[in-house]
Amino acid sequence: MKKRSGQQPDSIVIVGCGRLGAMLARRLSLAGSRVVVIDRDSGAFAQLETGFSGFRVTGDAVEHDVLREAGLASADCLLAVTEKDTLNLMVAQVAKTVFEVPRVIARVYDPIRETLYRRLGIDTISPTSLTAREFLHLVEQKRAQP
Amino acid sequence: MKVILVGSGRILYYLARQFIRKDYDVQIVTPAKQEARELSQHLSRPVLAGDVTDPRILEDAGAFRADVVLALTPNDEDNLAICQIARQMYKVPRTITLVNDPENEEVFHKLKVSVAISATRILSTILEEQAGFEEIGKLISVAEGQVSVAEVVIREDSPAAGLTIESIALPEEALIGGIIREGRVLIPKGGSQLLGADRLILIATETSMDEAMHMLVGNDAK
Repeated sequence: MKKRSGQQPDSIVIVGCGRLGAMLARRLSLAGSRVVVIDRDSGAFAQLETGFSGFRVTGDAVEHDVLREAGLASADCLLAVTEKDTLNLMVAQVAKTVFEVPRVIARVYDPIRETLYRRLGIDTISPTSLTAREFLHLVEQKRAQP
Repeated sequence: MKVILVGSGRILYYLARQFIRKDYDVQIVTPAKQEARELSQHLSRPVLAGDVTDPRILEDAGAFRADVVLALTPNDEDNLAICQIARQMYKVPRTITLVNDPENEEVFHKLKVSVAISATRILSTILEEQAGFEEIGKLISVAEGQVSVAEVVIREDSPAAGLTIESIALPEEALIGGIIREGRVLIPKGGSQLLGADRLILIATETSMDEAMHMLVGNDAK
């Protein structure tokens, strides 16, 4: 797969089809990426609204076979966004070391774990930290107003 | 030696019991409160309960002073997290885990888990390679399973009994590393004759093991 820098990736695997996974899948798919979504529960794919034209794979992303089936070997990006931190972190590391996916990002709720995995070279996004930052930002603004 | 055992189930209990008998400093961490209470009663020592992948609980368990952390949960992702937290945050020198999916053995080594063992792989290796050969005492895999070391017992009626080593056309990638006879280890030479009741240390690649075994003890050893 060729990478086009500055543009969005051609081929993306998303692990976890919750609210976030489904939203990302739909937006990336509408923007023209080839998207594969993996979830353990096939019922989760109901979250995918119209406009999603990608693929669905039912299975546990901890198994390499499931990742292979999703075409991870030729993907240029993996987003690990299940509800479980440790699962996201493991899938991200497997994607990096085994499948050599160039861009890998994991959602991690626990900010302590986030620091640890940043050190291990995994890109992470912590909703807890992001939300806290926004809250504090708004609180500060209110305080600044007379 | 301070050992932290993390996980649940029978294997956790038996290992803890064994380590306590050996006078190790054992600390157990388990997710469920009920199991923690039971373990604590049976082993008469405090057991921590909580989210076993939370760095804070490992700290409470004394990870900073631990020599070994053993991760024994039924989820590979949790086992990996436990080992990585122990190693990275608390500098635990050895992290050991039982991986559930054999495919994860190699990845876990790459991700710096000291020892990752798959019970599934060990059992299937034993089943595939040992079935039919009761002569094989032990089987160790080295170099990621490419080379095996086996202990083979020669019987009076084995094809190799009475033959010298140079007269047995073993595959090129198989080697007799030692002969154990009447409790002594003999270094095999070309002219060494194999006798009934000899035990051989056989070293061979995965592909040559069966053929070598067949030449030494035949196929009829079921």
